[in-house]
Amino acid sequence: MKLITHNMLTSKCLKGVVTGYPLAINATYVKVTEVGFDPEFIGRVIPKLDWEVLWVAADSIGHSEGLPKTLEPKFEENEEFLKKAHRVLLEVEVEEGHLTCPESGRQFPISKGIPNMLLNEAEVQ
Amino acid sequence: MARRPEHQAPPEIFYNEEEARKYTQNSRIIEIQGQMTERCIELLLLPEDSPCLLLDIGCGSGLSGTVLEENGHMWIGMDISRAMLDVAVERETEGDLVLADMGEGVPFRAGCFDGAVSVSAIQWLFNADKKSHNPIKRLNKFFTTLFAALSRSARAVFQFYPENETQLELLTAQAMKAGFYGGVVIDYPNSAKAKKFFLVLMTGGSAPLPQALGTEETDNGLQVKYAKREATRGARGKPLKNSRTWIMEKKERRRKQGKDTKPDTKYTGRKRSGRF
Repeated sequence: MKLITHNMLTSKCLKGVVTGYPLAINATYVKVTEVGFDPEFIGRVIPKLDWEVLWVAADSIGHSEGLPKTLEPKFEENEEFLKKAHRVLLEVEVEEGHLTCPESGRQFPISKGIPNMLLNEAEVQ
Repeated sequence: MARRPEHQAPPEIFYNEEEARKYTQNSRIIEIQGQMTERCIELLLLPEDSPCLLLDIGCGSGLSGTVLEENGHMWIGMDISRAMLDVAVERETEGDLVLADMGEGVPFRAGCFDGAVSVSAIQWLFNADKKSHNPIKRLNKFFTTLFAALSRSARAVFQFYPENETQLELLTAQAMKAGFYGGVVIDYPNSAKAKKFFLVLMTGGSAPLPQALGTEETDNGLQVKYAKREATRGARGKPLKNSRTWIMEKKERRRKQGKDTKPDTKYTGRKRSGRF
């Protein structure tokens, strides 16, 4: 699971959970794969992200090095920053571990890089 | 018609390891899925030349995702079958994958996607595979959460195989209830094989539905239709009924059968004048 996905994933489908965001990451294995850099896409997607959540997530898996805690204005023109953001968003992947819902404490296992968000019958709204 | 996979087993069981492998190695399936995804992208009307973040619902082994990548978009896929997702991981697709059931809702934050595509997946929602499943409730949950997850002005395009008219109606009614505008576009409606259904949903403002492929001649009205019918009749070898050629042919046949027949004259098959 890439951090861009984590930044958008919620557990609001659970019964009784209102926002279910952000999910806490508990990673046992993190992998870095190289992905082609597209500054236009990164520039377009950053305004949609919750930057603080991304920083905390990157920090919790030990990849926040050099990443600013808050977004600076005119980040689109800062190539170095875009490259860092690209690395954290698309190249760092959580392979094994689990996600935890902030409201109910329900854990969602991640195996082979795929988070399992399937619910059982009692948990469906 | 071939048996529908939806009738055989729930999706997470039907698409087991063996089926997932078969599905992804079949060059015909790959080609058709590719074509349908291309058409989905066309119907999405994304801003030109800018990479978008798309949601692939029922992404399976990422066949559709590969086409999205080729068009320069980043995608996140969700599917209920673990085996299919495992094949997607093996194929090293660029998109990210989530194991989730669309009937339980789309587990994403509000407004994050520029569009959603789904190839041959949504018909599975009509099944009640478990005792707790209620298709209408699941459709409603799916569409409302999808509506929230899309950014305004984004579109969602679903290619699917409806079983009957009722399913089509139910699907569009539930989508409208969730706040979408749009409807069903049917490509090549007169062909049994090439006929394809696309549910095109829009989040912001109602715009005209895109033109379906293979429906151009219907625009020219009845006149053309009849002209075409007459042309095909001639081609089949039988002349138009009550015409002069038809009468001559009939008389010729009678003569061959040895029946008493009046000779052909300039008056044969001619209209009576108004004076009669």
